[in-house]
Amino acid sequence: MKTTIKIIGGLLLILSSNLNAQNAQEIVKKAIHASYYQGENFKTKVNMTIIDKLGRRRNRNITMLRRDDSEKDDTQKYYVYFTKPADVRKMVFLAWKNIDRGDDRWLYLPAMDLVKRIAASDERTSFAGSHFFYEDVSGRNFDEDTHELVEQDEKYYVIKSIPKKPNKVEFSYMKNWVDKETFIPMKAEFFGANGTVYRTYSVLDTAVVDGFTTVIDSQMEDNLTGSKTVLNYHTIKYNTDLPENIFTERFLRRPPLKLLLQL
Amino acid sequence: MKKIIFIGLSILTTIGAYTQNNVLDATDKASIIQDEQKGKEPLLDINGYFEGRIGFRVQNDQNQNYTSISEFRLQLETEKELGPFMFNIVSDFVLDPITMEDAKDIYKVDLDTGEGLIDMRQANVVFSPFNFADVKIGRQILTWGTGDLIFINDLFAKDWKSFFIGRNDEYLKAPTDAAKVSIFSKILNIDVVYTPRFGADRFIDGGRISFYDRSLNDFRGEDNPISAEIPDTWFEDDEIAIRVYRSFGTYEGALYYYNGFWKSPAGQEIGTGRAIFPDLEAYGASFRGPIAKGIISLEGGYYKSAPGASNVASIRNDELRLLAGYEREIATELTFGIQYNLEHKLDYEAYVNGLPDWAIKDEEYRHITTLRLTKRLMQQNLKLSLFNYYSPSDEDGYLRLRASYKISDVAKIDGGSNFFYGNRNHTFFNQFNSNSNVYLGLRYEFN
Repeated sequence: MKTTIKIIGGLLLILSSNLNAQNAQEIVKKAIHASYYQGENFKTKVNMTIIDKLGRRRNRNITMLRRDDSEKDDTQKYYVYFTKPADVRKMVFLAWKNIDRGDDRWLYLPAMDLVKRIAASDERTSFAGSHFFYEDVSGRNFDEDTHELVEQDEKYYVIKSIPKKPNKVEFSYMKNWVDKETFIPMKAEFFGANGTVYRTYSVLDTAVVDGFTTVIDSQMEDNLTGSKTVLNYHTIKYNTDLPENIFTERFLRRPPLKLLLQL
Repeated sequence: MKKIIFIGLSILTTIGAYTQNNVLDATDKASIIQDEQKGKEPLLDINGYFEGRIGFRVQNDQNQNYTSISEFRLQLETEKELGPFMFNIVSDFVLDPITMEDAKDIYKVDLDTGEGLIDMRQANVVFSPFNFADVKIGRQILTWGTGDLIFINDLFAKDWKSFFIGRNDEYLKAPTDAAKVSIFSKILNIDVVYTPRFGADRFIDGGRISFYDRSLNDFRGEDNPISAEIPDTWFEDDEIAIRVYRSFGTYEGALYYYNGFWKSPAGQEIGTGRAIFPDLEAYGASFRGPIAKGIISLEGGYYKSAPGASNVASIRNDELRLLAGYEREIATELTFGIQYNLEHKLDYEAYVNGLPDWAIKDEEYRHITTLRLTKRLMQQNLKLSLFNYYSPSDEDGYLRLRASYKISDVAKIDGGSNFFYGNRNHTFFNQFNSNSNVYLGLRYEFN
């Protein structure tokens, strides 16, 4: 009898952890979709404020275009046009996001009319001098971590993600607080080898735009120094007319200003 | 001499004082958004910068000033959309005490050499006559090809003086007065650049940078610059450059054609000894794409020099040029790049036979390697870079070191050095040996 109970108990445990695991995978996939794949395409202006530990600010203003290659949540293209400050003005950053290998990235430097191909293998380096990594902006691939549902309350699923290749990243694991209704990760904490949080992402505000719940204010903080970057998204538009050829060399050299600057 | 240093330093300190006030100038996020959302476009949106830059030779050069650069530069940039046309203007206004000291008329303007008070960088109009075509007409900066500070099929004008005395990298590209027509399709893209009047490099003539003149068997400096015969008849001394390109997934391939002139002097007029720009035709190809976590670039070009060039010693031989490069990020914010470049004289025997026995002769093969290291620190506000050219065949090289720091969104300071080294006076890089210099610049940007 006791053995039977043990077996049933064990089975239940396996079953529930399995359900749990499955559940975690689902949640993460939905969270990735809510963060990076809503709509067929997306256009936004972003004001980036980089605040150092002494409170000094630097600002970057960009317009970002995103276009998905298909309805599957996989490859997509990004076009980032810089408007401020002056030293990066009119620069264009183009990325073709890949799943099975590193992204293809280009940078256009208008003063030299130079289309430079960026040899960046590390996706966890600062995006445009901010506290956000390139990967925070373009999305981390689902398969790079194992995901586990460790906690939940009325509002959030708490997912713990452990990198499969720990030597490729600077965190030993991260925790994401995923909103149960919208599946938008509202907070993320990155843990170092010593088990303490050294980097925190938080959503400060969301809004419903064209029917999609969208992050409009977010922040990435370096907990060790207190420095941080605040992103404010505005003039957001989903499913606008965004031809595929925008994401080619032609429009690096001649940015589609009407599309980029109209309000 | 002292006057130059004085003026240079006062410029630097004035800008320094001005920018200091702006370092702590915190901008409220809300006000930026408000500004943007007002959405009222000013009649003319002017952007630009003030810059002071000063530099010195690190050794004595009998043929030149001790000061290698000392200038105050104001760049103004604006663009205006009128119907389907986009007009762009970028112009520099330069006060340059080094030329002021020598020149009788400091306000002279020479838009070809960029010397004098005004260096017009861009003045063009862009439009799309069809949805598959773009046209850009007027003064413009043009770049193509895959090399990193090595150019094979990019035969647009370069400004070697700016490059060697420590102006920002962008000044290596000199403007070209041309019409560029680009046609795009799924199968092929085509760029055709027509330059109705030959645009030479802003080449080393001795005026700013001294060099070794083989026919003189001595160095030339500012008191004795070469006189050059630059082809300049409109629509006769013209150039055409064509690029046909497409991508194959993530790989990019291109074919090139050029018909014009050697961009820097490549021969001497017999009798007068004046530097000439012989005819040049070039055919080339390039490939670029990701490989082994980095980017590989391959480029080649066949330079067909003026007819009969191989028999006239003073005119450059036909050449085959090859380039292979690889760049990758080797650590966080640290980029590493290497390149190998070959210049092969294709009619070497004729070249040697055409020269007197005592004359200095180049090798048949000139090999050049380059190394790049770029490191970004302090939230990318500090950038350190090293770029070294080394030629094993000439046993000489050129080391460029640079550090630049963004003090704030509007102020930037940079300093660096240009070192030319080698064993023999006549080799390409080492002939500039006595021009080795260090420099410091301060820029204040506005928009």
